Amino acid sequence: MPSRYLQLRRQLTDKFFTGLAAGLSVIVISALIAIFAYLVLKGAGSVNWDFFTQIQKPVGEAGGGMANGIVGSIMILVIASCMGVPVGIGAGVYLAEFGRGRLRHLVRFTADVLNGVPSIVIGMVAWSLVVVQQRHFSAFAGGVALAIMMIPTVCRATEEMLLLVPQAVREAAFGLGIPQWRTTLSIILPTARAGIVTGVMLAFARVAGETAPLLFTAFGNQFWNLRPTEPIAAMPLQIYTYALSPYDEWHRQAWAGALVLVALIVGTTTLVRFVFLRRMVGGAR
Amino acid sequence: MPNAVEVRNLKAWFGKAEALHGINMAVEQNHATAVIGPSGCGKSTFVRCLNRMHETIPEAKADGEVKIGGMDIYGVPAVEVRRKVGMVFQKPNPFPTMSIYDNVAAGLKLNGTRNRKTLDEVVERSLQQAALWEEVKDLLKKKSGASLSGGQQQRLCIARALAVNPEVMLMDEPASALDPISTAKIEDLIFELKQKLTIVIVTHNMQQASRVAEYTGFFLMGNLVEFDKTEKIFTNPSDKRTEDYITGRFG
Amino acid sequence: MGAVPERRISEPGSARGFDHPDMKMGTSETPEISLVSTARKAPGWQRSIFNLDNGFRAVMLLAALSVLAIVALIVIELLQRSALAWHAFGLRFFVSSAWDPVSGEYGAVPFIYGTLVSSLIALIMAVPLAIAVAVFVTEMCPQPLRKPIGYATELLAAIPSVIYGLWAMFILVPLFRVYIQPWCMKYLGWSGLFDGPPYGVGMFTAGTVLAIMIIPIISSITREVLSVVPQHQREAALALGATRWEMIRVAVLRNARAGIVGAIILGLGRALGETIAVTMVIGNNPQIARSLLAPGYTMASVIANEFAEAPDDLYRSALMQVGLALFIVTIVVNILAGLMVWTVTRGSPTRSHA
Repeated sequence: MPSRYLQLRRQLTDKFFTGLAAGLSVIVISALIAIFAYLVLKGAGSVNWDFFTQIQKPVGEAGGGMANGIVGSIMILVIASCMGVPVGIGAGVYLAEFGRGRLRHLVRFTADVLNGVPSIVIGMVAWSLVVVQQRHFSAFAGGVALAIMMIPTVCRATEEMLLLVPQAVREAAFGLGIPQWRTTLSIILPTARAGIVTGVMLAFARVAGETAPLLFTAFGNQFWNLRPTEPIAAMPLQIYTYALSPYDEWHRQAWAGALVLVALIVGTTTLVRFVFLRRMVGGAR
Repeated sequence: MPNAVEVRNLKAWFGKAEALHGINMAVEQNHATAVIGPSGCGKSTFVRCLNRMHETIPEAKADGEVKIGGMDIYGVPAVEVRRKVGMVFQKPNPFPTMSIYDNVAAGLKLNGTRNRKTLDEVVERSLQQAALWEEVKDLLKKKSGASLSGGQQQRLCIARALAVNPEVMLMDEPASALDPISTAKIEDLIFELKQKLTIVIVTHNMQQASRVAEYTGFFLMGNLVEFDKTEKIFTNPSDKRTEDYITGRFG
Repeated sequence: MGAVPERRISEPGSARGFDHPDMKMGTSETPEISLVSTARKAPGWQRSIFNLDNGFRAVMLLAALSVLAIVALIVIELLQRSALAWHAFGLRFFVSSAWDPVSGEYGAVPFIYGTLVSSLIALIMAVPLAIAVAVFVTEMCPQPLRKPIGYATELLAAIPSVIYGLWAMFILVPLFRVYIQPWCMKYLGWSGLFDGPPYGVGMFTAGTVLAIMIIPIISSITREVLSVVPQHQREAALALGATRWEMIRVAVLRNARAGIVGAIILGLGRALGETIAVTMVIGNNPQIARSLLAPGYTMASVIANEFAEAPDDLYRSALMQVGLALFIVTIVVNILAGLMVWTVTRGSPTRSHA
């Protein structure tokens, strides 16, 4: 019979590893808390009306804001969505409704590959495709870069949501003589709508925070600009530039910008996760 | 001979729902006892209480007195209880990433046995007791546990359980997922194993109960309705409900 | 009646790469049904609907092909733009340490070194933490805490890179400069890995930020592969008298081995391509130093810092070549990871974790 000592050691090992796992988990959660805490600590004070309405002041002057960055980000995101969302949804519809055999596998695989491409490389490619042709940086080029990044997420979400719609629904429609294009557009897509919207919002939230792809496309702009064919400011870019600058005032702005950006992105993600997904996953079963 | 298993007023719950309503039973050593009853009657739950597996389910609770070979199972760590009481499950569940040898030796290694020779001996002995030795003796370290046929996998699981030298072996419908030939082999096994240890076997197959077990307990809706020699249960049951079940009026 | 498509069983698909595990909601168990296409000549009005059907299908196909086209374009552009540097340096580019824009000599070794070392440091720190969280949440944690902790870990994935960089610059770097680096120099200096003035920025700091950033990915994939391990395996181990940790070790971790390795490699892929946060704390010095406290430079960082202002074509082409190398490396790593995760989760519906 095994010794008392051995049994004790086994119990202790069990407790040790449980404690270790718990302890390490605490460390990870602490990191999260530390990040959020400092964001609030350092940024909350500077988020004021000026922040949302003014552009940066010249060096040495206090005050100013990131208004141009906010507007610029919105513009770039709108441009990106106009290109990325339709392509993503279209590819998703293809994979779910029409795809067969090797082409389907290839598209799926490629979408996954695209998702793993570093964002700076995508930025370089967008530069090569758009900026070089147009000979100037532009919001449009930034939109192209972000659109490329949105496509895999939207495609995957659309495909998965469409596949969740039971085959019986399609068969009922076909049995009634409704052509496939009609079925997909009027019956299948609306059924999966909540999930697809979720996917789009998640893709949106993800690219809203991206800086690297904008470095050589949108490039950034100190001043107001509402033309998509010119360099434009964007929040992540501004945070980046301000953080790297030697001025305390700009650092302050960077923290404020960071807080607002995180609040928006995390807020969107949380909303999506709790409101849409919960309802939808429950409904689809 | 002292009883291998003594159960007094055993109750079990899943959350708030009471699944066993105070079971009293005594299982005789070196005999096979069958537990029969319709689906959902609590026979699996009962047996899983005997090695404290029931409480591994979230929100599950058990209460009462259970003694295995005189030892109160709620007075010692569950780990010790499970060393004394082996279990074979309905679906064979060998460890797929381990070889046949490692599967059988798994329980031993956990208990600290490191000696190569001892392990070799016990593995061979267990596989022979499980009537699997001849079929796998050349493949011990080359084949994984999951690469065997269903019947062989189940015998592997029996060997694995036997390796730690339990006093009681619990079998939860061990042959229900197997073909008739494998089933027959397992039943033969039970005859052999009875001589060394005590077996409690859950089965929904009444013919199987009458083939392998000396005693049978009939469960219905969480109660032990009747417990007696198998012969008596099947030829002259005392309780009408038992009679209804075995004559097929329900179940 | 128009042509009707064949249905396919949905594969779980590679569960990697997507930062939001929310989308990995489990497979659809749509059965495979083959609806045979009836291709016969249709009367007039139906023929026009035929065209709409075909048109619709063509548009969707176009979208799908766009995905292929985009990746093809990426490869083409990278190859084209780096051709100049390739012709000038050939393979020397990948073994030379010279990075001198003035004389036009370019070698990528310092950046390759920087990328590899910072990613390695990140992995060493992140893997134990990520696996610990995954095991804790799946196997050990009391039920009510599971969702919050799981969610909190995934929240880390939603934070943009620039914000990690900002936080690291102003909170982590001073911490390292004042406390951690001197401590390392004092107690771990014997290893030769912790020499040099404590700048605060450097390889170690960058590795730390990277570690925090890749923990959520490794953790969430690990959680998925752990939850796919069938319950009966756990019961088999417990019934043999295993303690809970032993059960986890023997039945869960062992079965999920391949998937965990896949998760780790995925984390590596992410770390390799990470740009902004690293650029902000690595010191941006193209040197190869033994000390982890020394500043370094990664492939992504040099592109981020120098591309926009590169004045001549050769300079830009060299940077493009660095980008091409980065692209190839991350693709290979991600594919490898995807394969490993796929072998574990294929066919089994993933239990939804949250």
